[in-house]
Amino acid sequence: MSARRSQRLPEPVLRALFVLGSVAFGIPLLLAALGFDAGPAMIALWRGSFGSYDAITSGTLVRATPVMLTGLSVAIAFRAGVFNIGAEGQFLAGAAAATSLSMLPVLRASYPSSPVALVAGAIAGGAWAAIAALLRARFRVLEVISTILLNFIALYLVGYLVRGPLQEPLHIYPQSKTIAVAARLSRLLPSSRLHAGFLIAVAAALAAWWILKFTAAGFRLRAVGANADASRSAGMIDVSRTTTQAFVVSGALAGLAGAIELTGVTFALYENISPGYGYTGIAVALLARLDPLGVVASSLVFGGLEAGATAMQRDAGVPSVVVSVIEAIIVLGLIVAWPQARRMSIRRGQQLPTSEPAET
Amino acid sequence: MTVSVEGATLAAAFLEGTIRTATPLLFAASGELIIERAGLMNIGLEGVILGGAFGAFLGATHGGTAFGYSTAVLSGVLVMLLFAACTLGLGADQIITGTALTLLALGTTGTLYRTLYGGGGAAVSISTSAAVAIPVLSRVPVLGTALFAQPVMTYFAYMLIPALWWCFRRTHAGLALRAIGERPVAALAAGVPVRGYRLAATLVAGALGGLAGGVLVLAQAGTFVENMSAGRGFIAIAIVVLGRWHPLGVALATLLFSATTSLQYLAQAMGVNLPYQLVLALPYVLTLAALAGIGGRVVPPAALARVD
Repeated sequence: MSARRSQRLPEPVLRALFVLGSVAFGIPLLLAALGFDAGPAMIALWRGSFGSYDAITSGTLVRATPVMLTGLSVAIAFRAGVFNIGAEGQFLAGAAAATSLSMLPVLRASYPSSPVALVAGAIAGGAWAAIAALLRARFRVLEVISTILLNFIALYLVGYLVRGPLQEPLHIYPQSKTIAVAARLSRLLPSSRLHAGFLIAVAAALAAWWILKFTAAGFRLRAVGANADASRSAGMIDVSRTTTQAFVVSGALAGLAGAIELTGVTFALYENISPGYGYTGIAVALLARLDPLGVVASSLVFGGLEAGATAMQRDAGVPSVVVSVIEAIIVLGLIVAWPQARRMSIRRGQQLPTSEPAET
Repeated sequence: MTVSVEGATLAAAFLEGTIRTATPLLFAASGELIIERAGLMNIGLEGVILGGAFGAFLGATHGGTAFGYSTAVLSGVLVMLLFAACTLGLGADQIITGTALTLLALGTTGTLYRTLYGGGGAAVSISTSAAVAIPVLSRVPVLGTALFAQPVMTYFAYMLIPALWWCFRRTHAGLALRAIGERPVAALAAGVPVRGYRLAATLVAGALGGLAGGVLVLAQAGTFVENMSAGRGFIAIAIVVLGRWHPLGVALATLLFSATTSLQYLAQAMGVNLPYQLVLALPYVLTLAALAGIGGRVVPPAALARVD
């Protein structure tokens, strides 16, 4: 199924047109319907997202980085038939681990400690996902449910950490101390907020693409996701092991996103460090059709939208939550417009025989 | 003497808080229970509650509290109509649709609220429905005021659980619904209109989710706040799991989740320095443990979210 999908060339173009269309026509229509002046709002959206060197490097690319990684996280899990909607919790676990590591006196002092923090973040995210993976493999617990629960637990744990062990020295604000300069990710460009995490995210996407397409592990993952029963029957694939591995890797990517956001952007841990990056990752992955390279492109779309929305609110008085509407419309539009997008996640289980003609 | 009086007051406050927190959760969880017994999973419940809350606010500012409740129900049903159109109509994935609906509700209600009532300014407040004391029962010490001097909706919530139990166990429709959740193909072969039942379950879940939002606005907050559902949709999903897809279990699980929230407020009011985030996390950990089979096997409806 996925092989055939990737061979159709016009589809990415169609998708790009669809996104362009919903942004270029959907947003003005929506704004006009709400009684806003669409013209200045759209100009602000453009200025804040792609309109200048500063907007691109300090806005869009910085915003795209976390959702590129969470999108990748979701894409890899979904490709393996795992419904990891816990990227949010794994992101928090990664951010919390990166904070703790960056606070260690040994690491704090001299050399750049960000690589250590990033690895810790990825491990923490992977471990957080491993709980759900284990529950799925061992007790057949639906990962949709377990990851929702783990998202809450992660949020409360961060809430505890920033009021307890990791709270800033004055004990006033529910946030951690700002991490030392040596512990931060290096900036890539002069006078820009763009940090090395962006390159790491792109590299991760390339690696994921390579692994999925050209390695045996990638083949196993795709086979299990496409048809777990057939994979099991074929006898050469350990289905449970493959899904568990994919789940953990997916969590590690989301954890890495959290660690990068912490060491590259916020420099401190607090409860709202993720404004829903884990959930946006689902939309990013869907728009990309679960293709790692597509994730890079679609994360730029969502990064641009969110960066532009901030400018829209500041310059044109349009509430920035309007972007959530556009994101939802894009996802719903994808569901409606592409039959495969609807069905990509159907796994083993009963399907209703219906009187309708089969679609595929 | 003073100690015991204080203790009784605290206990009453704790109970009252528990019931107050439980009311919207019970409505939402009941809706989720119904839809999950039909084999569908609605991750978008959060969006349904939010839609209901905004609908309630909109309705109440124009036509009073009762009208607010009806617009809340209507909004919830509307959101779930979208869910039904995508999942039952187009065969779209339930999880993806649900995620999109939550995003949609969050964005739409937030934008509309700011557009209609101005952003950042003083919150527009509406009168909340008053508590109605039940004559004899509300006089019972400690329990009375906590349980029986509540807004009318809470009494509906009390009745919802036995009603659900009766529907599931004693009616033809309940049996059909449970059959659909376990083995839709077999139900279909037995002549049960599977799609019709699923549509009905979806709409009822929407009505109850909308009502949950209505309670938040009309019986509690008295205003609309962006994202005021604050995760209750997801909590309700956890409640259904911990309650093992059974009405009575759902009621008990709701009480547990609400009690921890209430305990947190109580501890804060008393100035107890408790790491309350850890207390709040407890019911979720417990739900995970329950899923792992600690304390007996937990079996979801076999066809839930189309995973066997």
